[in-house]
Amino acid sequence: MKVTLKIWRQENARSKGSFQTYELDGVSVEMSFLEMLDSLNTKLIKEGKEPVAFDHDCREGICGSCGMYINGHPHGPATGITTCHLSMRYFKDGDTITVEPWRAKAFPVIKDLIIDRNALDKIQIAGGFISVNVGSAAESHAMPVKKNNSDDAFDSAICIGCGACVAACKNASAALFVSAKISQFALLPQGRVEAKERVRAMVAKMDEVGFGNCSNTGACEAECPKHIKLVNIARMNREFYKAY
Amino acid sequence: MKHVLFASISKKFVMALAGLFLLTFLPVHLGINFMLLNSDPEPFNEAAHFMATFPPVKIVEIILIAAILIHIIYGLIIQIQNWIARPVGYRSGEKAETSFFSKFMIWTGGTIFIFLLIHFFNFYFVKLGLVQGDPENFYDMAHQLFRITGYNIFYLICFILLGFHLYHAFGSAFQTLGLNHRIWTPVIKVLSVIYAILIPAGFASIPIIIWLF
Ligand code: SF4
Ligand code: FES
Repeated sequence: MKVTLKIWRQENARSKGSFQTYELDGVSVEMSFLEMLDSLNTKLIKEGKEPVAFDHDCREGICGSCGMYINGHPHGPATGITTCHLSMRYFKDGDTITVEPWRAKAFPVIKDLIIDRNALDKIQIAGGFISVNVGSAAESHAMPVKKNNSDDAFDSAICIGCGACVAACKNASAALFVSAKISQFALLPQGRVEAKERVRAMVAKMDEVGFGNCSNTGACEAECPKHIKLVNIARMNREFYKAY
Repeated sequence: MKHVLFASISKKFVMALAGLFLLTFLPVHLGINFMLLNSDPEPFNEAAHFMATFPPVKIVEIILIAAILIHIIYGLIIQIQNWIARPVGYRSGEKAETSFFSKFMIWTGGTIFIFLLIHFFNFYFVKLGLVQGDPENFYDMAHQLFRITGYNIFYLICFILLGFHLYHAFGSAFQTLGLNHRIWTPVIKVLSVIYAILIPAGFASIPIIIWLF
């Protein structure tokens, strides 16, 4: 099939950037969105033009680096998947597809579709870890954890830090990401030891690096490729109140 | 410790508490307003007099004004920070799914604020003696206002927008306070729809009835 691509091109963080239009023929429905961009880049290189810069690594939905805003949706029109898992089946022959980077003050554009997601790492570094000795695997088995808690902790832990929640949020708030990272520890006994320090440090860092305030609009939950739930944000708020 | 005063969650916490307090006040005000439909002005004027003079009510009144101011100031700070958090918007249109009414909180809130200012000039400031008028006869003053077509149209628009504001506010306040529950959150959602329709509809019905009959 043939698609028209309107892609955001921007030299670096300081330059202005604009949409460029490309026609791409020979796109097959089996291609992933990234493979489609690969074939565009091959074409551009052959024509002696600068290829489109986009971030990617695992191409299997776990590294969280492939985020881009496609036709008004982070990770494209399909729900519950990342851009690398998005197949061209979701598009029709003759479609115009608009692609631009995540837009947030905390996510400056590096080049074209690549943004700097370091702000999320900074929040993780502030408290998204356990520094107490939790023992060996055998010892963790000896520690009883409620089934519901372990399930919920796992559901929170599958956040891949892609930043789609920030991208989707009208306030560019990172509340869903931070709440998932806080919840995955808050629900387990190993994480309780440093729960207060963690929530204080991570929320402080979240505010400091320039994300907006959550206004409970729910766009994050709707667009999260890992279906991270809004209950995490309520839990983060509770943890925050308990910590002061 | 310093961070807690300025933290995003703290601001939202204060806003939610102030907002919830305001939610409890609306039905009380509405109850008194319904007395405007009585052809006898006495009950309404008495109720207004009681609200203006009974000491415990005076204390609640101070809390109420404080809650309004805090809610507005924090709302503005949060909104401005949120605008700053996305200096460059999406060019291909923001289509990410959100709860519809949550997008306009600052605008619906702003309209309600303008309404409140006018309302204060018409009544509250009269009561405080800041604006001329007879604080013992709010009944007639209200009836006169409700005979002005332009005022009624403005009044109706404000209360429709109040409904939009309340619809998101109600559930959002609970979520902010950390109260999200498998069973109770859907119940709160339903209650917020009922509240957001009934309260504004109640207020709006009064000028409509006075206007028509
Ligand atoms: S919460 Fe979802 S959208 Fe946000 S960073 Fe994690 S996986 Fe991505
Ligand atoms: S490339 Fe790793 S999640 Fe898409």
